[in-house]
Amino acid sequence: MVERQSPLELELRSGSHGDFEHGVEVILSETRPGSILQLAAWPGQEKALIAGIRTVTGLALPDGAGAGSTDGVRSVFGFAPGKFTVVDEGEGLASAFANVVTPAIGTVTDLSHGRTAIRIAGPKAEWVLAKFFAIDFALPAFPVGAGRSTMHHDVFAQIQRTGADQFDIYVFRSFARSFWKALCHASEEVGYEVQ
Amino acid sequence: MLITCPYCGPRDVIEFTYQGDGNRERPQPASQDLDAWNTYVYDRLNPAGDHNEIWQHSGGCRAHLRVVRNTLTHEISSVAFTRGDHKVDARHKAEGKI
Repeated sequence: MVERQSPLELELRSGSHGDFEHGVEVILSETRPGSILQLAAWPGQEKALIAGIRTVTGLALPDGAGAGSTDGVRSVFGFAPGKFTVVDEGEGLASAFANVVTPAIGTVTDLSHGRTAIRIAGPKAEWVLAKFFAIDFALPAFPVGAGRSTMHHDVFAQIQRTGADQFDIYVFRSFARSFWKALCHASEEVGYEVQ
Repeated sequence: MLITCPYCGPRDVIEFTYQGDGNRERPQPASQDLDAWNTYVYDRLNPAGDHNEIWQHSGGCRAHLRVVRNTLTHEISSVAFTRGDHKVDARHKAEGKI
């Protein structure tokens, strides 16, 4: 496999930044998962696709729009009717799905090189993200595991809540560096650490 | 203006793209009926009140939506997926596409 370069490399500066004298309230990092896939079911094949996701990843998808789950290594969430994002720390997830998601069920699109995964964690993560996206980040409205597709200006973003105060954001690779810089600026006032 | 996407919930209008008048009926692609094409391309009801519209949630789930919007108040009285649209389904069936 070709070694993947991060679009954030020039801007990713480890350490504490901004107003951190009163404590670091947000931690930013790039998770660099090996596989980021988009799965889509043909109309009427949604249940077969969800069963296939369970077969390959071991993750059960709860019912409902935008529902999802994560086990820390693999994550899955719905981002549109009959469409799911599946992420794995390891590479090769697309070939694992190739025999399970047959052409009669739906499609598998490998976006591993096309998306950048940014993690924001900490007590002020919700607060910082609320400055970017006009959606409800409160835990009852956005439970752990669930995903949302939205945008910040023209930067399309898929957001999955992977912990009570932790979110993984998937953005287009070509927009990732400017999005990262904006996220750093927005985190300055609460004090942030880059890992 | 907020549009309540059936999948994503209430979202700001900035996430949506207007895809045109929802009252249009597209003639069959091979149709030579110039009046029907003229009606499809140019004729609009332009009502002062409830208006059928097609919107796409381009900044979200990307689904196409059938929206009824009041042109005077911008009140959205109904939103549904176009995917379950019987008129569209019937046309595709007639064309042998599904």
